[in-house]
Amino acid sequence: MTDTPLTVAGRTFQSRLIVGTGKYASYAQNADAARAAGAEMVTVALRRVNLSNPDEDRLQDHVSPDEFTYLPNTAGCFTADEAVRTLRLAREAGGWDLVKLEVLSDQKTLYPDMEETLKAAKDLIADGFEVMVYCSDDPVYARKLEDVGCAAIMPLGSLIGSGLGIQNPLNIRLIVEQSRVPVIVDAGVGTASDAAQAMELGCDGVLMNTAIAEAKDPIRMATAMKHAVIAGREAYLAGRMGRKRYADPSSPLAGLI
Amino acid sequence: MQIFLNGESRDVASGTSVEALVLTLADDPRGIAIERNLEIVPKAEHRETLLEEGDRLEVVQFVGGG
Repeated sequence: MTDTPLTVAGRTFQSRLIVGTGKYASYAQNADAARAAGAEMVTVALRRVNLSNPDEDRLQDHVSPDEFTYLPNTAGCFTADEAVRTLRLAREAGGWDLVKLEVLSDQKTLYPDMEETLKAAKDLIADGFEVMVYCSDDPVYARKLEDVGCAAIMPLGSLIGSGLGIQNPLNIRLIVEQSRVPVIVDAGVGTASDAAQAMELGCDGVLMNTAIAEAKDPIRMATAMKHAVIAGREAYLAGRMGRKRYADPSSPLAGLI
Repeated sequence: MQIFLNGESRDVASGTSVEALVLTLADDPRGIAIERNLEIVPKAEHRETLLEEGDRLEVVQFVGGG
């Protein structure tokens, strides 16, 4: 029952579940959920220091970069230039070069703007970053992102925060088949079966935030997601049975009384 | 003299360094990044970099996000 670890840009992770750090009731709850999920990598955002309350709770005091690998994101960026500027600041703040790039198109859908995403990816890679890229489930753009040197391809299952699961499993499968770098479903997971489905499609990992943070019991859902990712991965490695149109009895036909 | 800190106007004494400004904002400057007039000021240069009239500074840190 062996499996290879998830390897992104030369770094290895035993957990295939990456969790966000947004929308939790507190950073303390956030840390408990990340631990319950068994996550080794967490996404984080970069924002202005609150000048009116410099003593407010800090993420790093609860979700420590010593315990989790920080994956700085570019959430809220709508152009390539904004995203590159944000990640350069993130590198200065944390010293990491492994980042999550996302360039969004509009507030209503937060759908990735692939033209700007590709442009930002090229600029960041030229500047020495290892780029894990949030993208549409378009296999053509996924290939272009891989060709320019992205470290992981992260297509959406459905819109960010929607909890609608994987809307286009065929495209996710096509991206998995063509990619030589890890493919991680990012966004859209609503419940454990969605995470399992992503892994059964052959994805190398799943990234989620809202499904855990907005569950009635986030810690319990984090545990469920941990099991779902493991179960889906094991099912993928085991290889599912063929689909049949009619019944095939499991008990022997011979010896019936 | 006047500077702009995270979009807000602030009065600071002339000769104030970036390091001194950061210390007024956070006890622990780790995890903080500074941009001055759209150029990052590396941590190693905080002490020697002196603010100038009209400087636009962004002081950012990591927060929760997805």
